[in-house]
Amino acid sequence: MKTILKIAWRNIWRTPMRSLIVISSIVMGIWAGIFVVAFSYGLNKQRTQNSIKNSISHIQIHHPEYQKDYDSKFYLKEPDLIKTTLDGDSTIKAYAFRSLLNGMVSSPVKSSGVRIIGVNKNQEKELTSIYAGLVNGNYFESKRRNPILVGQALAEKLKIKVQSKVVLTFQDSENNIVSGAFRVCGIFKTQYTKHDQGNVFIENKDIQRLLKSEEFHQVALLCNSIEQVDSTYKKLKTNLTNYEVKDWKSISPELAYADKIMESWLFLIMVIIMLALIFGIINTMLMAIFERRKELGMLMAIGMNRSKIFFLVLTETLFLSIIGAPTGLLLGALTIKITSQTGINLGIIAQGLESVGLSAIIYPEIQPHFYLFITIMVFLFTLIAAIYPSRKALKLKPTEAIRTI
Amino acid sequence: MKVLAVNNVDLSINEGEFTAIVGPSGSGKTTLLNMIGGLDNITHGRVEISGTDISTLTDNQLIDFRLQNIGFVFQAYNLIPVLTAKENVEFIMLLQGISEKERKLRSEELLRDVGLVDKLNVRPNQLSGGQQQRVAVARALASKPSFILADEPTANLDSSSTANLLDMMAEMNEKEKVTFLFSTHDQRVIDRAKRIITIEDGKIISDERT
Repeated sequence: MKTILKIAWRNIWRTPMRSLIVISSIVMGIWAGIFVVAFSYGLNKQRTQNSIKNSISHIQIHHPEYQKDYDSKFYLKEPDLIKTTLDGDSTIKAYAFRSLLNGMVSSPVKSSGVRIIGVNKNQEKELTSIYAGLVNGNYFESKRRNPILVGQALAEKLKIKVQSKVVLTFQDSENNIVSGAFRVCGIFKTQYTKHDQGNVFIENKDIQRLLKSEEFHQVALLCNSIEQVDSTYKKLKTNLTNYEVKDWKSISPELAYADKIMESWLFLIMVIIMLALIFGIINTMLMAIFERRKELGMLMAIGMNRSKIFFLVLTETLFLSIIGAPTGLLLGALTIKITSQTGINLGIIAQGLESVGLSAIIYPEIQPHFYLFITIMVFLFTLIAAIYPSRKALKLKPTEAIRTI
Repeated sequence: MKVLAVNNVDLSINEGEFTAIVGPSGSGKTTLLNMIGGLDNITHGRVEISGTDISTLTDNQLIDFRLQNIGFVFQAYNLIPVLTAKENVEFIMLLQGISEKERKLRSEELLRDVGLVDKLNVRPNQLSGGQQQRVAVARALASKPSFILADEPTANLDSSSTANLLDMMAEMNEKEKVTFLFSTHDQRVIDRAKRIITIEDGKIISDERT
């Protein structure tokens, strides 16, 4: 065994350039695989986080009928009961009661359909990134009545700026048309242009004054971590049976599906990379066997049995991976470590990314188990790659060694 | 087109003989040696070595039979290029499952016998043709075979290396009673052989003992 390993090791260095090229291709393949996986995972995670942070939160509570047609008459009947329940749950980091209305915002030059979100400014500050995303003006700090926060994309569309006056028009729970004049106090920008264009934020007290009632349509909440969402969601579903409780996966199924699709997609990418590597390895090993067919024939002639020949070729192939795989993994891990801190700036396509809820800077991230998965895959595929050349070696006739002398 | 490779050979080699099979190119010398060595399948007839009919053995049995009973010396030496002279000699013993200690002792002893004690750790590409062929002989002897088959062993050697190699093999034949069977057209080998079998078109046309 030791001598066969020694022969295999020395054999791969008989043509160092060729072996180095194969090893380099393994290194590059693994590095590229890790990078693509980490980039895609980071991208998807960022999209989910942005969506949770800017819009959907971890869990939402509504009147059971509200989400059927978003009618404002389906408001939360006992907000105090909900508040008590939420206050008693230590896994909940923040929550906010919101009034939601579909309506129209009009500037002197243009109108646009929007979702009007009435918020408690202090609660909302803890929950969403609207406050952090202010690019102009202030966060409901104006002393004037009816302040409104609008997204940058909407401000551009309506050609308004801070201090501009807009009119909100919507229906109350009795289907009466209600209008109110609001003054832009701030302009925000999130990583999702469509969100910025389709939502405006006003204070609950202002909307309630217009509606002449204290109505909340939604409670949005954040848990301390995304891992706690499932258990909190189950508890709230049990405790708030008269309400519809939804977690982020059911609010935005496409985000949850994206996670699953991503896993399959990443697996597919790795398989494609490995397949490309397989052909490179097979080609190299076939060349090596072709060049050494006399030697292999001689080994059979003097008494080296077929299983040992098979093992020899297999070991040579594995050695190529044993050198290439850790180097590729190390290089990949190093790249991810650096880029996960610095981020990868895709500013050049920022607009496109923001239209689908992504930031211009992507932070690649990889689950540790993926390294193990890649390692297993590399060795598995190398073994597969080794089979054909090894079988070719076994088919050699020992007499070739003597006859071709 | 049907090609007859060798034909009506009927040959018996006794233990301790130093035999050369001679004949023109295409007469069947190498094929005969390959059949005796179990490297070529026999379609008719049989080859019996020390009571074993090797034509009845499976491929794996043949490989094992060769390992235990036959030493090979090839025209182009065919050493393992990535192993040193000593490792090349040890390798066949390793395949036989001989202990490391015994392998080391025997390989050093054999290389001393062939005059290469100072080349133990040298790889084949650093040895001359004659020296490589001596390592090949040491390797062939390492497994303690019943006999050694040598196919044109001197074809690539100069006169001095040939003389040295033949002296060494003749000495081993004399002292150790190692059986040698050569295929050759080299007159220098024929001159040293104790038995000369001439074949032509697969038939033995003369069998002389000196």
